[in-house]
Amino acid sequence: MAEHQTIPPGDWDIVVIGGGNAALCAAITAAETGAKVLILEGAPETYRGGNSRHTRNFRCMHQGPLSVLTDTYGEDEYFDDLLLVTAGKTDEHLARMAIRTSEECLPWMEAHGVRFQPSLSGTLSLSRTNAFFLGGGKALVNAYYQCAEDLGITVIYRAQVRHIGMDDDGQATHVEVSVADGPVQEVRGRAFVLASGGFQSDIDWLTRAWGPAAANFLIRGTPYNRGVVLRDMLDQGCESVGDPTQCHAVAIDGRAPKYDGGIVTRLDCVPFSVVLNRDGQRFYDEGQDVWPKRYAIWGRLVAAQPDQVGYAIIDSKSIDLFMPSVFPPNKADTVEELAELMGLDPKVVAGTIAEFNAACRPGTFHPTELDGLATDGIEPPKTNWARPIDTPPFYGYQLRPGVTFTYLGLKVSDKARVQTADGPLKNVWAAGEIMAGSILGQGYLAGFGMTIGTVFGRIAGQEAAAHVA
Amino acid sequence: MSLDTTLDTNTEDLIAEARRQVEICNACRYCEGFCSVFPAMTRQKAFADGDITQLANLCHNCRGCYYSCQYTPPHEFALNLPAALAEVRQDSWERLVRPRRLARLFHTHGVALALGLVVGFALMFLAVSTMPPEDGEGFYAYLSHVAMVAIFLPAFVLPLVVAGVAVRDYWREIGAPRPAWRDFTVAMDRGARLKNLSGGQGQGCNFEREDRYTDARRWAHQAVMYGFLLCFASTSVATLMHYLLGMEAPYGPLALPKLLGVPGGILLTGGALWLAALKLRADPDLGAKRVWGGEMAFVLLLAFVAASGLALYWAGGTAALGTLLALHLGSVLVLFLLMPFTKMIHPMIRMAALVAEASQARRKAEGIGREPLAQT
Repeated sequence: MAEHQTIPPGDWDIVVIGGGNAALCAAITAAETGAKVLILEGAPETYRGGNSRHTRNFRCMHQGPLSVLTDTYGEDEYFDDLLLVTAGKTDEHLARMAIRTSEECLPWMEAHGVRFQPSLSGTLSLSRTNAFFLGGGKALVNAYYQCAEDLGITVIYRAQVRHIGMDDDGQATHVEVSVADGPVQEVRGRAFVLASGGFQSDIDWLTRAWGPAAANFLIRGTPYNRGVVLRDMLDQGCESVGDPTQCHAVAIDGRAPKYDGGIVTRLDCVPFSVVLNRDGQRFYDEGQDVWPKRYAIWGRLVAAQPDQVGYAIIDSKSIDLFMPSVFPPNKADTVEELAELMGLDPKVVAGTIAEFNAACRPGTFHPTELDGLATDGIEPPKTNWARPIDTPPFYGYQLRPGVTFTYLGLKVSDKARVQTADGPLKNVWAAGEIMAGSILGQGYLAGFGMTIGTVFGRIAGQEAAAHVA
Repeated sequence: MSLDTTLDTNTEDLIAEARRQVEICNACRYCEGFCSVFPAMTRQKAFADGDITQLANLCHNCRGCYYSCQYTPPHEFALNLPAALAEVRQDSWERLVRPRRLARLFHTHGVALALGLVVGFALMFLAVSTMPPEDGEGFYAYLSHVAMVAIFLPAFVLPLVVAGVAVRDYWREIGAPRPAWRDFTVAMDRGARLKNLSGGQGQGCNFEREDRYTDARRWAHQAVMYGFLLCFASTSVATLMHYLLGMEAPYGPLALPKLLGVPGGILLTGGALWLAALKLRADPDLGAKRVWGGEMAFVLLLAFVAASGLALYWAGGTAALGTLLALHLGSVLVLFLLMPFTKMIHPMIRMAALVAEASQARRKAEGIGREPLAQT
């Protein structure tokens, strides 16, 4: 269907570039005012939705129980959580605005077909703060596309936008777009919403930013976020935010696909493991803190090791203590055999494990809280959950850095307007990952990407619609 | 798991493919709110063959998970859980019912079912023409009550025995614990409301409108189920009235058999035709494609049984009654006789699966059996 899709001729009130959560929120909001809206989605229909299709929940402020959310989650607590993960790298004004607006977003989402479910098994800790989508992010994306269809919004898939055309007054006039690898055509519009994501699936760009190691990174989300529009706007003098050299990376299953592995490639075994590098050596305290507070740093830790790879080794005592993995682990009756299976030097690995085992002390093991069961006399220490790896069968998982998103983005105002050194552009707004670096300068807070996308997508839609009204 | 060792390679392949998909689902869990399959999955990390068979029979093919899934083809994980479970489920029905050859024939080939129907008609015409009763009113002017009972009692009881053995074997295969009484009530409730086709929130399933939810299939199925039960009740009541009260058919329009039978017949006819229409619109790739024809023939057989039964009420006293009676009784005979070898087996195995699920869920809640998994 998308193969032979052509863009209907004529001028559009609003051209939305991108097809994920933020783009859809903007398009729907604008179309509900009567504006004539065009969505240019870079992916084919089966992969539509950008990284939103891999998401699972929406972090939402609320005074009292709201939909599936229990209890209360106030602005200050939410903001404190954000400060903790970003280490202060946030814009307080924009962040608080997003947080406050999140509360009215949830009923809006429900009214536009999004369904929520109680927090998933094993994620009880999020039942107060995060509303889970029934069926996950793709179900949310489907609901919004249905809504868009019902509103008469035109959606073009496989539409690769190459350039936003501007006149001398700083007015955007058109986009240059190629549909299904066809010739580049100009599409004119009166207002533009940029919601085409970050650049994390452009490996060349990642390599330039991070160094050659980035070639070994896996991309957890869509292969379609190549940052073409972001680059084009920066080249045209738009202001940027966020560290251009950084990306959010977590340690994931090393056998995951290069792109689009999504949620299932996560591995939660590290706190119960001994993690070795390619040379069979430990390199960091595996038990520093509970996994939800540590999984994000392990992407960088593994990225810093030779060949950007790590090997988590556990024994049969721990195999049932974490979520199942998407691929079965390597399994062997001796540590040496396991090392062999994983392509590591058996003697070195056996030595490292023996040294680790000798450093373990007696004590009470408690898998779900910091139990203080620490090693004694080795470097680096393991400060919690340190039990000897001694009960066969032994299991091993390969770890690699999995990139979730990049931080570099367009600077926007609290009205989602794209900024230049000479002030805001007159008719260009941005929403979603392409501007999230304004608020999320470092780290990540579960479900906050969807909050930013929904809040700024709706604002961009409102503002763009008001501009053309 | 006490799975017998006679699984042929086809069964092993189907189970292996379903297991591959289930293990990916179990690492994701986004679909937990749709139905019972996903919560059941999270109770374990490794899946024996019997576990997969049980998950397959818990699945009602609502397809919510497929349209929500970020890993459907062309993604390299190539998930199509509704189809993978439908294949295992279908295979289990054909494998657990003996003789397997008959089950496979009638499940797969609609033509075989149609031919069976013709044979049923012929048998009843033969019965009507060779065993004319000496006296009798209404139906019994064509075929005596004794002859009807002589034909239909064994035609009803023998297939029930075959089905009963299949359910027993199913229970053994899935290795379910001994159920408590309340497991039956939970399962009955799930079945009575078709909870597993509700999308989890009453919005319905994704059977015939792709990623949009609709409740049509649930309504159509319930019309068939309650229609069938009403018809069955009508016949049962009539039998009781015949033997206990000496009240013989034909009955007046306000007699209990008709009060039950007429709405039952209407529901069953309409529901079955509705199901057939929905099936025409649904994507066959999300089910067990191989049995599409057999399933369609079965649904139409249900519609024929019900419609011909209704026609009998209006044909009473006319010359068409004899012919219609033979057609109706012929179709009923085929429906009963082939019960274990057609989709008619699914209510029994489905109930067993629902009871087993209720039992296992209760045991988990009570802290019996497997350790729960902690997601960090």
